Amino acid sequence: MATRKPAVDAVICGFGATGALVAEALTAQGLRVVALERGSMLTTAGDFAPAIQMDELRFQQRHGLMVQPAQSTQTFRYNSQAEALPMRDIGAWQIGTGVGGSATHWAGQAFRLMPDEFRLRSHLTARYGADLFPDDMTSQDWAVSYDELEPFYDRYEKLLGVSGQAGNLRGTIIPGGNPLEGPRSDHYPNPPLLRMKSTDLFDRTAKSLGLHPYPCAAAQASRPYTNPLGVRMGACTYCGFCSGFGCGNYSKSSPQTTILPVVMQRDGFELRVRSVVTRILTDNLGKHATGVEYVDASGETFEQPADMVFVCSFTLANSHLLLVSGIGEAYDPATGKGTVGRNYAFQLWGASDFLLAGQTFDPWIGAGGLGQIIDDYDCDNFDHRAVPGKPFVGGGYIGLFQYGNQPIGTLAPGSGKDAMWGSALKRKMADTYAGALQVQAMGANQSYKDCYLSLDPTYKDPYGRPLLRVTYDIKDNDRLMSRFLVDQCERIAKAMGGTILDRIDRASPFDTTQFQTTHNSGGTAASATPDKGVVNKFGQTWSTPNVFVYGASQFPQTPGRNPTMTVGATTLLGLDAVVKTYVKSPGAMVPA
Amino acid sequence: MKALWLLAALLVAPAAWAQSPPYPQIERGRYLAAVGDCVACHTAPGGPAFAGGLGLATPFGTIYASNLTPDPATGLGRWSEDDFWNALHNGRDRAGAHLYPAMPYTWTTRTTRADSDAIFAYLRTLPAVARAKPANDLYPPLNFRISVAGWNRLFFTPGTFTPDPKKSAAWNRGAYLVTGLGHCGGCHTKLNLLGAAETGAALQGNTLDGWYAPDITGDRATGLGGWKADEIVAYLQTGRNARAIATGPMADVVMHSTQFMTPADLRAIATYLQSLPGPASTPAAAASPKVQTAGMAIYRDNCAACHGASGTGAAELIPALPGDGAVVGTDPVSVLRVILHGATANRTRSAPSDPAMPAFDWKLTDAQVAAVATFIRSNWGNRASPVDASTVGDLRTRLRNN
Repeated sequence: MATRKPAVDAVICGFGATGALVAEALTAQGLRVVALERGSMLTTAGDFAPAIQMDELRFQQRHGLMVQPAQSTQTFRYNSQAEALPMRDIGAWQIGTGVGGSATHWAGQAFRLMPDEFRLRSHLTARYGADLFPDDMTSQDWAVSYDELEPFYDRYEKLLGVSGQAGNLRGTIIPGGNPLEGPRSDHYPNPPLLRMKSTDLFDRTAKSLGLHPYPCAAAQASRPYTNPLGVRMGACTYCGFCSGFGCGNYSKSSPQTTILPVVMQRDGFELRVRSVVTRILTDNLGKHATGVEYVDASGETFEQPADMVFVCSFTLANSHLLLVSGIGEAYDPATGKGTVGRNYAFQLWGASDFLLAGQTFDPWIGAGGLGQIIDDYDCDNFDHRAVPGKPFVGGGYIGLFQYGNQPIGTLAPGSGKDAMWGSALKRKMADTYAGALQVQAMGANQSYKDCYLSLDPTYKDPYGRPLLRVTYDIKDNDRLMSRFLVDQCERIAKAMGGTILDRIDRASPFDTTQFQTTHNSGGTAASATPDKGVVNKFGQTWSTPNVFVYGASQFPQTPGRNPTMTVGATTLLGLDAVVKTYVKSPGAMVPA
Repeated sequence: MKALWLLAALLVAPAAWAQSPPYPQIERGRYLAAVGDCVACHTAPGGPAFAGGLGLATPFGTIYASNLTPDPATGLGRWSEDDFWNALHNGRDRAGAHLYPAMPYTWTTRTTRADSDAIFAYLRTLPAVARAKPANDLYPPLNFRISVAGWNRLFFTPGTFTPDPKKSAAWNRGAYLVTGLGHCGGCHTKLNLLGAAETGAALQGNTLDGWYAPDITGDRATGLGGWKADEIVAYLQTGRNARAIATGPMADVVMHSTQFMTPADLRAIATYLQSLPGPASTPAAAASPKVQTAGMAIYRDNCAACHGASGTGAAELIPALPGDGAVVGTDPVSVLRVILHGATANRTRSAPSDPAMPAFDWKLTDAQVAAVATFIRSNWGNRASPVDASTVGDLRTRLRNN
């Protein structure tokens, strides 16, 4: 029998990027909020101090900030006829755990999406005809438009202290920025990060090819900065330990460096760590949540009653919690009915590794968002009929980043394939470390009828719940896109004077063992109507109006760029409605 | 019949006495109680505010702060304005007995009668909490209050604050706050062997409770002489400024007291402090080149990522080391304990971030801590004395035993 805790206004399941935003918005209204986080407390000074944080072996190679498969994993299969098996090692993606979640270890690439991205299907259909879309592709328009989201992108950029160069300020094109971006209402709160020799070379080369390079927006503060909540950030020191690490310099945006200092001292807020939410509790009719059940570190089960339930865990866990709780209808690919688990997709990252022999780029210096990029091949910025071969849906940005190459992870490009060892490996490292660069593409990934999330019939987690089952593979359309984007990467690499060392392209079958990105999306898609998704544009579930779901699980397909800013902006848009409308008059905010 | 009227009058009369003081006076009292940081000592850890009970460790034993809430049996419920003034001004309790000088009456004696009455009016509005104060635990002969009389004869003359007509109104206001209710000298002025403020050393720095309360005079090398008045105001208002961050006991003072003060009063404090003479400087012994080299290497590996290659830090986040009061203090205890155990800034109303310095006790040896402390105390214009490893070792043991 679960111990019943005192009721609160809202309970937050998972305390990462979106959970912190929910806690801030609701406690600002004087509501009582409890956040439940499966991992531990993580603080800048206690866990990420520079004296301990720059430890590649512990954090990057041994995944110190990631959830271990023994605690939580998924089963995987390529199609709905196959039997799925558990992923027993951290592989294709790395999911964070602990306070701050994956927003603690992210690289900090702070992209907005293109306006046309939000009306993907209708826009591409209008321009190229409906037959551009294969029959089994379920990619769809978003529930929000760029214009609706713009004020919330702006607010999130200011909360996070994003460093960048505006390219389109209220319709005026600004030199140095991205001329292809959607109109912005304001500048970035901080100027772009410093440029490196490597990014300058990319910039010059891209311009010479007629492309439009601009500095990537980075969630590393380029100068000391105070955000709208009064939280202070320090200037980035380009230490090169962003992706996979917490930031010890208060420079990389994470809940710890931007929101928690305010939230943690708000009256009415309580955080309980090492508390795993096992299911959402509903009333007899299943149309109203009464709270959640959770298990603490000692194994004791509690009930936390709440008027509102906010599902704010990682993309995959969001779908999992809804499925095990019976919130909404599980998606069935055979009938096309149900929406929970539908529209799962995964970012198709590709790259070209190349060498400029004899050159030195000081590769140990860097930051996760320090890059020069082009949008010429993203969204509908290029003619999809003019591509070589068959037209495809999708695109992505292409860019050169100087992340700060750590010694183990960047032994020598291509050395793994050649199974190098000993003196041969050392020679290759000496030859390539200083002069090797990479041009990468962050490719979109479309949604398909038989790429989805469901409950596994065989394997269970430590709490006795079925594991989440991922059914996924890379389809022809997306292979064409990946090949096209990596071709462009190679073209630029060669124009930079490089000798190609390696080509990283996405082909079928999907490789679950090789790390690509952590950008999973979908499963609880936001939609204009209940038949196409799980939540409305405010993140409110169609089936259970006091359950809200935030995160990239709202995305109807993976766009050709990193998800975090769009995750934050859609959450802020939803919370704006929760605070202004739902709290005053609970009920469905969009008529079904 | 007459008797009945009289009875009625008697019944009504107490209501008239109990008429509450005017609201502006109460609010002024609230403000002045914050200036005096009364709540810091008169609240037990986790206990109700102003209900007393915090034990103050003094070199002479533990003294417990009294209950200031209006509880008749255990607080100030039966006190009058006169009794309260007698305590602030003369250091006597309601029965006329001497208070122990842990109560900073040597400073509060300068409080005006109007300010004393205002504080009392505010304290009367607090919820009454019945909480008896534990008996003090003092070593003989100090466990006899009568010995305080002798101490007072030596070190205490009740007095009021007399403005200096030659100085500005701001200076005089600052002097009134600093040398009166604010009792800054309670920490920042060196005490003699009998626990009284040393004359001639006002606010030039002092060690207590394992922290060095730095020089806050106008001295350019060790005090606030190089600070802008705005920086002093920002520090007291938010706990941080472009060069420093309040930590240790001062973080609590900012938290409970100075962040609530008006900018005009804080500016007055800055004016007064910067006018004060610093200590006579004594040239520090030079550290050996070997220690300097080792200190620099340790600094670059462990400190420079945040504090910067030249110790400049980051405004309002990471303190600058050149001229920092704790770094260049005659007693290095503050900088050493911060290196060993780390420190966290307090969140204030206007600055919610709580940047923190991590601990290095697990990583650096006594000799390494001494070398890096010596390095930062003697570079970038700093001219403080070298630190030896045994000082670090002693402090490490002391902190571990605490």
